[in-house]
Amino acid sequence: MKRVIYSEISGNSSQFYMLVALLGAFVLSALGAAYYMEHHGHFVTGMNNQIVWGMPHVFAIFLIVAASGALNVASIGTVFGKTIYKPLGRLSGLLAIALLVGGLIVLVLDLGRPDRLIVAMTNYNFKSIFAWNIFLYVGFIGIVAAYLWLQMERRLNHFVKTAGLVAFLWRLILTTGTGSIFGFIVAREAWDSAIMAPLFIMMSFSFGLAIYILVLLAACRGSGRDIGDVVIQKMGRLLGVFVGAVLYFTTVQHLASLYATGHAGVERFILVDGGIYTLLFWVGQVFIGGLLPLVLIFRPQKTTGQSSNRSVIMASIAVILGGFAQVYVIVIGGQAYPLNLFPGMEVSSSFADGAITNYAPSLPEIGLGLGGIALAGLIVLFGIKLLRMLPTTLSNAAIDPHHNVGAASRGDS
Amino acid sequence: MSCQSKDIKMANDATRVDTAGVDKAGFDPQRRSFLGAAAAAAGITLAPGVMLYGITKSSPAKARAPGAAASSDVRWGMLIDLGSCDSGCDDCVTACATENGLGGHGRPATDAQWIRKVELKDQHTGNSKSLPVMCMHCEEPPCVDVCPTGASFKRADGIVLVDKHICIGCRYCMIACPYKARSFVHEVLEDQKPHAPRGKGTVESCTLCVHRIDSDQQPACVEACTDTGGGAMLFGDLNNPESEISKRVATYASQQIRDDLGLNPGIRYRNL
Amino acid sequence: MSLRRTTFALLAVALVYVASLAVAINASEDEHMASAGRVPVPAIPAGRGDSCVEDTDFMRRNHMNLLKHQRNETMREGIRSEQYSLQECISCHAVSGPDAAPVTVASPDHFCRSCHDYAAVKVDCFQCHASRPEPGDMSAGHRLGSAQPVSPAAHGIE
Repeated sequence: MKRVIYSEISGNSSQFYMLVALLGAFVLSALGAAYYMEHHGHFVTGMNNQIVWGMPHVFAIFLIVAASGALNVASIGTVFGKTIYKPLGRLSGLLAIALLVGGLIVLVLDLGRPDRLIVAMTNYNFKSIFAWNIFLYVGFIGIVAAYLWLQMERRLNHFVKTAGLVAFLWRLILTTGTGSIFGFIVAREAWDSAIMAPLFIMMSFSFGLAIYILVLLAACRGSGRDIGDVVIQKMGRLLGVFVGAVLYFTTVQHLASLYATGHAGVERFILVDGGIYTLLFWVGQVFIGGLLPLVLIFRPQKTTGQSSNRSVIMASIAVILGGFAQVYVIVIGGQAYPLNLFPGMEVSSSFADGAITNYAPSLPEIGLGLGGIALAGLIVLFGIKLLRMLPTTLSNAAIDPHHNVGAASRGDS
Repeated sequence: MSCQSKDIKMANDATRVDTAGVDKAGFDPQRRSFLGAAAAAAGITLAPGVMLYGITKSSPAKARAPGAAASSDVRWGMLIDLGSCDSGCDDCVTACATENGLGGHGRPATDAQWIRKVELKDQHTGNSKSLPVMCMHCEEPPCVDVCPTGASFKRADGIVLVDKHICIGCRYCMIACPYKARSFVHEVLEDQKPHAPRGKGTVESCTLCVHRIDSDQQPACVEACTDTGGGAMLFGDLNNPESEISKRVATYASQQIRDDLGLNPGIRYRNL
Repeated sequence: MSLRRTTFALLAVALVYVASLAVAINASEDEHMASAGRVPVPAIPAGRGDSCVEDTDFMRRNHMNLLKHQRNETMREGIRSEQYSLQECISCHAVSGPDAAPVTVASPDHFCRSCHDYAAVKVDCFQCHASRPEPGDMSAGHRLGSAQPVSPAAHGIE
């Protein structure tokens, strides 16, 4: 493979500035929403004493999970040595940082006392997975920054493998930590399971790659750079594998839970009669987020080129939408179902014991969440404009000189 | 630390400051003899019959000297007899709200509730019961485990509290509590009770009326239940084998809610 | 501009800034409390009784450390001393408003605000803590001093 040249995008077109303005507007509205929530108190949101974590947390967890997965592309190139992925590594690192920062901003601004962030960073209870997560998240940003720098500093390139390995292991621990936020909670039947950690790992692989594919395509098309279908197809097939893995872990999670007679109530709630949660699970998570991408990616292609690229793009979008539904079902569905304090009893009280809580996301919450996505977008935009993140070309000839047209479904070389 | 080397200036009931220094173990002879008399009176009154729950307001345990720290020699707990708990009565809930300034805002989903009455009905037998549920003050509190800053903590004498100076309002403890005991303050608060500070953006729950316990009184709910309710609630020191509650839980079977979780709550129930 | 010139320019700006800061600080130290600046020195209402639990100078410099240290002792260890009780502080330093009831922190006459507004240091305490004794419960102040609350009209720069 020829030596890859990276360059900044010119970033002076009107579309670029319009995009920056649009994302900036979303960020500003998110800041306004956060101020509104903090000033009046959380009663202005849809969150309450039953549904304690709402839309902001859905967005934040989705972004954080995707962040660690976005780094995967770089890891495959550095740690697993797949040369075709190597030019993609820098954007992967940038995207990982961007998504994580976006997610963290949403999480921090939703705190009851966001002014106490310094307290959170100086007082630690090390038995809490949350406290560990603070280290893991902040450390992730530092490690990926170092990894990026080593990728970009050609004189220190021989350290890249070490940095890549550290980053890879770190993000595995980080995502395990994120999954364990839920998996460690014995009190909630929907969450109390060791499988949450590996499920979140696979979710991160899947969401991260889907977002990466879309961002890469948008960046290349937007800056007029070639991108061949070898890169897209390879990533598309990998995405298919990840989607299958997520489906597998989801199946195991629910099968195991169904086997426990005591969990029958919560499983019935999620899978059968939970209303919005059931809809989001089957239509959103399983169909749109799982089966549809598999079909789009792995069905036999009659023609190559644009149509199969379009399949990958549609599959990526579907994975993102389905992923969102999945996080919503996990986070909110898990809280909507009442705690089981008195097995075998019908329960009622003035504090929603025994009752399924209805949750309606409010505008400030959604605004805050969208602002996190917008911030991630802004970071990526500025990153590729100011730094040499994007390869000048990812055409088939540049990436894979032995590539011949019509062999789009070739295996790895 | 520098503050502890200062003499603790004991102010007695007179209007002048009494600057007598006290030693570290510090006790006031006047107070001790008063408490001795109170304990004797309580003992005499309690003697007749086991069924008479806390009719006198006897101090639950031996007095802690002023300025002394809470100690793990003591473990505060409650015993609630559902046989005496009436379905229509919520004196404990009202008393808690009054004592701690939990004014409702007409928004039941977000209004704080530190104690609530739960109505149970057995699905198979139709037998129904009523019971108050509040923070269980577990020996191994999951809320303390998950708090990232350590704001949720257990005091040495077993009371689980929220240190609202460092609570960041992440609500993870609310997620982790198996009893859904915690509430989040969803609005700006004004004119809080001086003995029960609470504020927007922090998490709170039943404090077992720690401000009352520290001045040798009973929690407000227990007092209300004893005075005007069914007399179902008994408060005391589970570590003291001579206390009324210890004797009672040794004699009669009592259960904890979700005892399968192994948290050993300090709140026990009879006839659950 | 060349790198050298930029560096010099930045250094010059920094020097001018530091110099003007020094002049300003010097000037404000020379002028003692009572004389005029642009902002009038606050009139801090006197607390009830003969004296506070510590002398004024100590309190001015250290009340924040006392508060921060004592709160952990009280909260985490259950050590409640009457001398350093926050309720006592608030009770003695209660300022009564036009309706003879003590004012809350919403009013600029509140004891803590009289100085904190001037110093532009935001206090976080009263988001949770009551900023005045319970109306009707003035008993706390009796233990340490006289019974009468102080009205804002009584100036006292201690």
